[in-house]
Formats: sequence, C-alpha cells, structure tokens
Amino acid sequence: MKAFTLLPVASLAEASREWVKPKTALKAGGVDLLDRMKEGLDSPDRVVSIAHVPGLASIEPGPPARIGALATLAKIEAHAGIRKYYPALAEAAGGAATPQIRNMATLGGNIAQRPRCWYFRQAEFDCRKKGGDTCFARFGENRFHAIFDTDICCCVHPSATSVALMAYGARLETVSAKGKRSIPLDQFFVLPDEDPTRENGLGPGEIIESVVIPPPASGSRSSYKKLKEKESFDWPLVEACVALTVSGGAIREARVVLGSVSPVPRRALAAEKLLVGSAPSEALFSKAAAAALEGATPLEQNAHKVRLARVMVERALRDALA
Amino acid sequence: MSKEKLRLGFQGRFEEKVVEVADGDPAPWDPSRKFSIMGARTPRLDGRAKATGAARYSIDVVLPGMLYGKILRSPYPAAVVKSIDLEPARKMPGVKAAMAIAKPGDKLRFAGQEVAAVAADTSERALDAMRAIRVEYEQKPFVVDPVKARNDDAPLVFEAAAETKTSAGDVGNARKPLPKKGNVQGPRASAKGDVEEGFRKADAIVEGTYVTAVQTHSPLETHGIVAKWEGDDLTVWASTQGIFSMRDELAETLGIPASKITVLTEYMGGGFGAKFGAGVYGVTAAKLAKEAGAPVKLFLDRKEQHLAVGNRPSAIQWVKAGATKDGKLTALSLLVHGNGGTNGGTGTSGPVKNVYECANVKTEEYDVFTNAGPSAAFRAPGHPQGSFALEATMDELAAKIGMDPLEFRMKNDPSEIRREEFRIGAEKIGWKDRDARRKSSKDPAIRRGIGVGAAIWYNTGGTGPKATVTIHRDGSAEVVHGVQDLGTGARTMVGIVAAEELGLPLANVAVKIGDTRMPYGPGSGGSTTTPSTAPTIRAAAWQAKKKMAAVLASKWGVPAESVEENGGAFAAKGDGGDAVHKASWREACAALPAEGVSATASRAENHGDAWKRFTAGAQFAEVEVDIETGIVRVRKIVAVHDCGLVVNALTTESQIQGGIIQGVSYALYENRILDNQTGRMVNPNVEQYKIAGALDVPEIDVTVLPVWDGVNNTHSVGIGEPSTVPTAGAIANAVSHAIGARIRRLPITPESVLAAFDAAAAGKGGVA
Repeated sequence: MKAFTLLPVASLAEASREWVKPKTALKAGGVDLLDRMKEGLDSPDRVVSIAHVPGLASIEPGPPARIGALATLAKIEAHAGIRKYYPALAEAAGGAATPQIRNMATLGGNIAQRPRCWYFRQAEFDCRKKGGDTCFARFGENRFHAIFDTDICCCVHPSATSVALMAYGARLETVSAKGKRSIPLDQFFVLPDEDPTRENGLGPGEIIESVVIPPPASGSRSSYKKLKEKESFDWPLVEACVALTVSGGAIREARVVLGSVSPVPRRALAAEKLLVGSAPSEALFSKAAAAALEGATPLEQNAHKVRLARVMVERALRDALA
Repeated sequence: MSKEKLRLGFQGRFEEKVVEVADGDPAPWDPSRKFSIMGARTPRLDGRAKATGAARYSIDVVLPGMLYGKILRSPYPAAVVKSIDLEPARKMPGVKAAMAIAKPGDKLRFAGQEVAAVAADTSERALDAMRAIRVEYEQKPFVVDPVKARNDDAPLVFEAAAETKTSAGDVGNARKPLPKKGNVQGPRASAKGDVEEGFRKADAIVEGTYVTAVQTHSPLETHGIVAKWEGDDLTVWASTQGIFSMRDELAETLGIPASKITVLTEYMGGGFGAKFGAGVYGVTAAKLAKEAGAPVKLFLDRKEQHLAVGNRPSAIQWVKAGATKDGKLTALSLLVHGNGGTNGGTGTSGPVKNVYECANVKTEEYDVFTNAGPSAAFRAPGHPQGSFALEATMDELAAKIGMDPLEFRMKNDPSEIRREEFRIGAEKIGWKDRDARRKSSKDPAIRRGIGVGAAIWYNTGGTGPKATVTIHRDGSAEVVHGVQDLGTGARTMVGIVAAEELGLPLANVAVKIGDTRMPYGPGSGGSTTTPSTAPTIRAAAWQAKKKMAAVLASKWGVPAESVEENGGAFAAKGDGGDAVHKASWREACAALPAEGVSATASRAENHGDAWKRFTAGAQFAEVEVDIETGIVRVRKIVAVHDCGLVVNALTTESQIQGGIIQGVSYALYENRILDNQTGRMVNPNVEQYKIAGALDVPEIDVTVLPVWDGVNNTHSVGIGEPSTVPTAGAIANAVSHAIGARIRRLPITPESVLAAFDAAAAGKGGVA
C-alpha cells in the first residue's frame, strides 16, 4: 500500500475543504477504503479521517429518526428505538458482514461504499467502473451480478442499509463547501448509464452528515429479507424490503425495494402500485412479487436471481403483513 | 526379533496373532492394558498459548533488521517474458534486493506464476517496489476451461511433454510419464475382472457424469518462510508440513549442503497437503536474504495462496455401475478427466477401486492441462471427488433395484469395521425414519434429507523417524523429535505417548519438536504422522526405561534382566520371587548419573503379519433444503471412524470435525472461479472464495471405534484424511433425498438445486 498522510479533522466543514484537494480520500470507519487501498484501486497521498468528528455517531430514534453518519451498524442493530420503529433497518444493519465489521462500519460509509464486483475489486481488470471500456461481468462470471440495468456495468450495489432506508423513505443530509443539502435516498444513487465510475450523486467534497427517517404512520409494517448462500459472512444473493401502511383491511401506502439486483438499490414501483388499495392476500403477494421483477434482464449465469428475488418479495410481504 | 502372541481386533472381536517384534521395540499393547493417559481427552499442551496469542507461528516471526519479500506474478495466463527490468524497483526507498525469477524467453503458463521478487525494509515498500518492476510480456493464447481444453484446437498449455513437478513429500500423487495428446495426458488405467461381463450379469445399470470444482487449500497461515543467513549457514522459520523435506529441497535448489540448513516450525497454521517443499517462495526468500545480507520474511498473501501454491483438482467423472436385483455389485466403471491446471496426478479412482466389493472394475484417469495454478496433494487426494461420484452411484443403483441404499452398501462392503460403523451411524442419525422426516418441517418450503457416504484410507506410517527420550535425575523426562505440529495436536500426541510409557503425568514430560537439528521426524502427509511418530516415541521411552533398569541392576549388583518395571516402579526379584530390591520412580531417577539416561530409537518396520485393515469410516448427513430458494443447510453430520488406537480423544475428534467442516465447505461453497476472458481467478480472497464459517457448521457427532491392529507398537493409524473423504458425498446424497432429484455437481448451488427439483417435479427425472 502506498504511503499516505492521515489527516484527522474535527468538523465536516474542515473535512470537506481538505477532501477536495488532489489525491485525497475520505475515511470514516475505513472498512471499504482500506480494502481498496490495499488492492491498489485507490492510492491517495492524503486520507482525511472524520472518524472522530464529534456528534456524528448519535442515534435519535425519534420518530422521525435522525442517525448520525458515524453511527456504526452494530449500534443501529442494537438500538431499541430503531428496532421498534424501523425494524427492517435494524435487521439490514445486523445482517451485514460480520460482527467485527459491524463494529467498525458506519452508516454513512455503508451507504457510500463501492460495489463488491470481483472484476472491479481487482486492479488487473480495467473495467468501466474504473474508467475502462469493458464490463467483464457482462459476458464473464456473473452469477452474483445484476438482473436489472445490466447493459453498461452490471455490478450490484452492496449497501443493505440503503435498501431498508429507501423503503422507509429516508433522506440524507449532506455538507459541502456549497452548504447543506437534503436528498431523498431514492434520488441519491446514480445508474451506470449516467456515470459508471460512481454510484451516487455526492458532489465534490460533499459528505453525508446524517440520515433522517420519517415517522412511521399508524398501521405501518415493514420487513427486510435477504438470501445468502452462507450464514456466516456472505453477501446477499438478493434482498427485498417492504414498508407498508395498512388500514381498514387494505394497503394504503407501499414501498418495495430490491437489493443486490441492480447497480443501485431499486424501488419496485410496479409492485408498489399493485399493492396500494388492495387487501393483503397470498395471491396479491405473488402478483406483486412478479411485478417487482418484471423487466428483469438477467445475465448468462444469474437467471435464478429473478426467481430468488421474487421469493424474497413474497416472504417480506408475508412477514410484514402476518 | 521375538515372536509375540497378540490379541488383535475391534469391538470385543479379538483374534490371536503371532507377530514378529523387532529388537529394541516393545510389543504392541494388549487390549487388556489399563492406560493412564492414552485415549483420554487431553487438552493440547499449547492450547493456552494458541488461544491467548502467545504462540509464535512462523508468520509471526520478526527478526532484527528483517526485510520483507514480495513476489511479482504474471497477470496473464499464458505469456512469454520478453524482458524484466528491476532497476525501477531497486531505486525505490527501502529496497535492499531485487531478483528475476523468470528469464526472458520463459513461457508463463498461469496467471499468478512467479516472475520477479524484491525485498524492502517494510512490507508496504516491498509491495510498492514490486509494482515498480517493469516486465514486457508477449501474451499467448490460453485456455482455462477444462472442457474446452480437450478440444483439438485448444491452445496447448505444454507444447511438449508436461513439465509437472512433484513437490517433496507430495504423497498420494505418484506420477510416471504418460502419453499426452493436446492438453490431455493419460490414461492411468486399471482393470479387474471384465466389466462388460459384469454389466451383462447386471439386472440394473446406472450411469452419470459428476462434476466437481477446484478447491484451494486455504490454510489460515499462508505459505511462507523467514530466511536468515549467518555466513554459509541458513536458518529458516517455515510454515511447513515437512521440516526435513523443506530443508532438503532448499539444499538441492540452492546448491548448499543440507547440513548447513536449519528449518524451524514451532507452531503452524495448517497445510492440508500443499506445504511440503520449499516452493518458489521459499527459495526466493533465501536468495533475497543472501543478496540483501539481511533476514527476509516472505509470506504469501491470500491471493497468492489461491493462485499459485496448490489446489484440489476439479474432475469430470463418468461412472457406470451394475448390480443384480438381490443387491450385489457386478461392475463398476470410471472415466475421469481431472484438471490440475499445470499439474497432473488428478485421478479419483481410489474409492471406486477400493471401498465396495466388486469383481469387475475398470478405471481410466486422464489429466487435462489448463492455464491455471497447479494442483497439489490435498487432504485425501482424489478421494472426496471420487467418493461423491461413487456414493451417488450407489444411491441410484439402490433406488433402481428397490433396495434401501444403506442395506445395499452393507451387502457390498467387505470391511467388517465399516459395516459396524454404518450400523452405529444409522442408529444415531435415525436412518430408518428418514423418508418420514422429509416433509416434517413446519415450514412448507423446507425438505429434509439424510444421506450416507463411506471412507477408506490406507496408510499406517513407516520407518525413518527417530526420537530421543531423556529421563532426568529429578524424575522428569523430555522427548526430542523432529516432527512438526500442523495444528493437529502432534506435539501433545508425542507427550502423551512418552508419558504413558514412562508412567509419568504429562506435565512432567517436556516435548521438543519442529527443528531439523532434532532426530528425524516424518513429513505430515498421507495421515502418517501419528502412526510413524507414536511408535517411535514409545520405543525410545521403553528403551530409556530399560537403561534405567540397567543402572539399578548395576547398583543393586543383580543381573539386568532381573529388574522389572511396573507402573514406573522398579524391583529386582530374588530366586523366591520376592522383591529383594525396590525403587520408586523418584528413587530410581535419583540413582541415575548427572546426565540421566537417554535413548534414541528408530521407528521399527510395520508388522506385516498383524491384523491390518484399511482405515474405514462412515458419515451420515442431515440437510434442510429450501425448495423455493434452493438454499441447503447441513444440520447434522454423524461420523463414525476408526484410526487404530486413539492417543488423544480430544484432538482426534477435533481432526474429524475439521475434516467434516472442510467437507461441508467443499460440498456447498468452495469454488476457484476463473474468468474465461482473461484467464484470471475472479475470487482470490476469503470473501468471494466462500468457505464455511461458524454458522455454516452443522452439529457434528463423532464416534471413534478403537481398533487394535498390531501394525505398530501403539496400534496407531492416522485420521486426517479419511475424516474429509465421505462428507461431500453424504451431503449430496442427503440433498438428493430431500428434493427427490439427483445432484451431480459440486459445489451444490441454489440454482442447481432448483433446476434438479424443477426437473423432478416436471417428471423429467431431475438431474443437475
């Protein structure tokens, strides 16, 4: 790993000023960044550490909840208020990676982490995500890759918490030299057709400060389901999260989000539309799940992911509405 | 030589055998023997040190002024080296040595092959310097797909004869030159009886093609050494399964006398068959250290371990088998195309040839070369693959003749030990209810299944090892023996055998191992460590006691043969049979000269006339399969094995559990995936190269049958390899039982389960 200077900063404003300088990386928990630096994907001369910026690790369960960007996945998973009002988020945070990583990984880092595509993660592959002109996964080893939005770069987004947060309609609050922004999470991510070298719309020096989750309406239900080949330390094959409001025997509001199926966490709008106004039933779950996967364009080795994602949507709906 | 009448056998079924016992070697223990510590559950001598991190493994060694070595590897699966420029690396800060490993004109045959190396004062600087080396390559056509490699127009991995290399001590992979056509070498063929005749006699015939993936050894401690020169003397701290084979390969490759080299392995983090020789990494570390004039540590990172230092070859096995309707095998035929990358020796015929009784057996084994990292011996070479294909075939044949698959096995199993193991295991897993339990889960998506598999292994150790036992005047003892402990508990095993023979508590026995300056110890391969070492230790302890008796005899003025030892106490009997002289252990030791007594014993030859049996083993797997997602969870493995007489029940069970965990991982997860576009491995890490983790490990129920085989003086047999042989096959059979469709590919993936289940549901027989 190339030698670098570590710059601990005391505020996000300072971090933002430093980060825009050349050859500089931003570090919170450091879980993903160190991985990339060891592999030689990122070789910064300076690493700006926000790990000890005060006040950013707090969790105010609200509702509405406000979670500091430096709150660790372990803290979120264990937080009683989060478990009560936003159980799918606690589930998503608690099921990610390993206990050791969850103790280090921050919420902001989890949302802004880079994909785990095995071509992207090795320096030898000059893929589109690195500015090259080939997506090796497109016609290569793509068992774990996307089944939507596969034509330019078919990695999947690795953030489990984003899947849950998007279902809850969360917003990100960010800081940069231009000031503060509040961005709905479902407008935060960027598909490869816009720019394959990035996953989100953060501007230069723009840093996630906190995540705000609206209060759950009365009668709200949610569930996060994921499928992993291994129980220990494995990335999901597919994830589904649903957040619903039920009253008078019918679904009034619905958000359905799929994870690990596209380069971004993907809202299944067709499924949401189908659910709203209908009474919960097995037939409805199955129709909604099918709608969620409509238009999928699986690759040579991952057609089964369409089916698995459908099952996850069904199970999430069943679990939420049981 | 003396002839000794022994009672040998197992489970109360003993027979008398007269065995010739060599001079200086005690007779094998009698089944009536009451042991003080042999066979007990003894915690490892170094358990606390390992658990607390105090144990210093070779990878932990840090010496004053030590440099860090790093190897530059080919990014291409096939290329000719045009030029190597080390100068940019030499100019980097902290760099003290740089060397080319390949020469211009050399052909590189896999991505990850060694090209050049550097040593620098920090590992980070070594990595930067490695990246600064300029190499010009001429890329060549390549093939990494073992099926495409068989095509006539496939690029040749080797233009001429294959340059496969057997690493020192690479047991189980014995090779002789074979004909080669294209990328296919072979066959190694065997034939017994007449299979065509056997198929004519069969009432039922099944056949199938079974595909397995490449599994890498993935030891927790990667390959590597620390090399330090003092003048012409070389000392290395190595992570090796054979300190002596490491020494000899270093001597040969470096062209220096073996007597100038010391290899040390105090603690070791696993090898599984891939760590016998010096390897390119070891020789490179020694050369860099010489050039730099400073010690060099060169341990591979996880990626290098996956790419370049060995793996279990994949195999495509076609099996055809026939049986009569009353359940007797009439013919077994196996055709294998194994893929060991740039290595051969990929056969899988062991189980087909040896487990079940069949008069007509034909096997043909071909090696298919690809531009991929070479295979190496891996825990029971060929057997887990072969067992998977054979056990699936046995299940299919049983189904075809309408017989319970376990009953079918019992009818064809010539091993009385394994038949007993099948009986014990069947009882424990609840075999007779297995069909009723298929749909017993409350979750309608879950199917349960139970499957079975068998193991066989052959080795009982052999001559070569030597050990010295010294008894001190204070009553304590020490054993010095140049064996290495891979993590199996060999250190503790050595202590237990000495303590048992000397009648001492283990705490009073010091164990010194892992150093080539000690008496020769065996390489740890082929499950031969304990059967080679334990009898050597016992013989040395026994001889040391004889010497003590001689000291007492001389003190007491009686003939040496009149002094007898019993449970650590000595007595000389008079003509009337009364003890006229007596000495406790302490008193006897106090009578010793200042240097105590020492005896160095050599491992005696195996008793060819003993009650020798092949090592058997039976495993039963219970799985749960989610039929909507295809996810398989192994819930339980019942393992019933034998390995002669157990030295330490705790570490024996631990070995078996380890073999099973590796087998679960092999069945469900492990897969070296190569990219056909670039010939590179896409998952050279422990994140995407999936290995079973703590939550993926099932409940494991281990039973070990003691067998008094009399082959050596401690009745010792190894267990490392047989414990992993049947696991994957048993799991695959359990999955097939659960979903009612045959699984013919490892690892078993969700998509293969779904495809098989769908095909079965659609009435198409179900194969995946």
